[in-house]
Amino acid sequence: MNYLWVFLVGGTLCIIAQIIVDNTKYVSGQILVMYVVAGVVLTALGLYEPLVELAGSGATVPLTGFGYSLVKGTFSAIDEKGFIGIFTGGLTATSAGICAALVFGYLASSVVKPKTKI
Amino acid sequence: MSTNNNNLQNESLLEQRLRETFKTVKQDSRPKAENAKHIARAFGIGGGICLLGQYVKEMCIGFGFEKADAGTISTLFLILLTAILTSIGIFDKIGHFAGAGTFVPITGFANSIVSSAIEFKSEGHVFGIGAQIFKVAGPVILYGITSAWAVGLVYFLIGLVK
Repeated sequence: MNYLWVFLVGGTLCIIAQIIVDNTKYVSGQILVMYVVAGVVLTALGLYEPLVELAGSGATVPLTGFGYSLVKGTFSAIDEKGFIGIFTGGLTATSAGICAALVFGYLASSVVKPKTKI
Repeated sequence: MSTNNNNLQNESLLEQRLRETFKTVKQDSRPKAENAKHIARAFGIGGGICLLGQYVKEMCIGFGFEKADAGTISTLFLILLTAILTSIGIFDKIGHFAGAGTFVPITGFANSIVSSAIEFKSEGHVFGIGAQIFKVAGPVILYGITSAWAVGLVYFLIGLVK
């Protein structure tokens, strides 16, 4: 895996989002949704896998990679279990990330005091 | 009286010219310069976060983990790092500097969850933390899961026909 590709692909995916933020009314939350769905669609069309092979984390760490994991997990679950896989594959493949973010978030909220808003 | 009028006219002319200059500054030069800066920062920090993920992944592979597990560990590492940096208030500063460079990688997803959990603590455990923790992550998960489900359904049906 070439680290240059990791940096270039990951950075470019961020640039695209930055251009959208700077030139449209969309805010980060909306762009994250666009990115996940874009990742799902590109993976379904077979266009995202080559990018993952080329850039590794450069393609999987940006949120399009979340969509990639969802579809990849869904496909392999369908191959394994058939119809049920349509329902189990996506969340199974992304469970670690979602679980970690929720648990760490909850723990953080019980430790950290929120900043007072003015 | 007439000198006063002249002065007024001069001032208004000056004001007009100032306003026009201001407009051009506002419309042309400033946004472009800002955009270039934003883009450079997003590229550098975003690419850097991906590099860090790749580095951790390859380190785990070096320790003997399978490739898929190594990827998961590197994701967990980035999420934990984000949770810590968000808790101590540093993530906000990096995020302010890097823009899309921090919110597009998985760090942005994690930050949205951790920061909402902290922010809405005062509104209670159920309707505060419990509901608001999904403020940004909820839509991402909803549309991600639903679209992947639809794609999976098509994949399944194509498989049946074959």
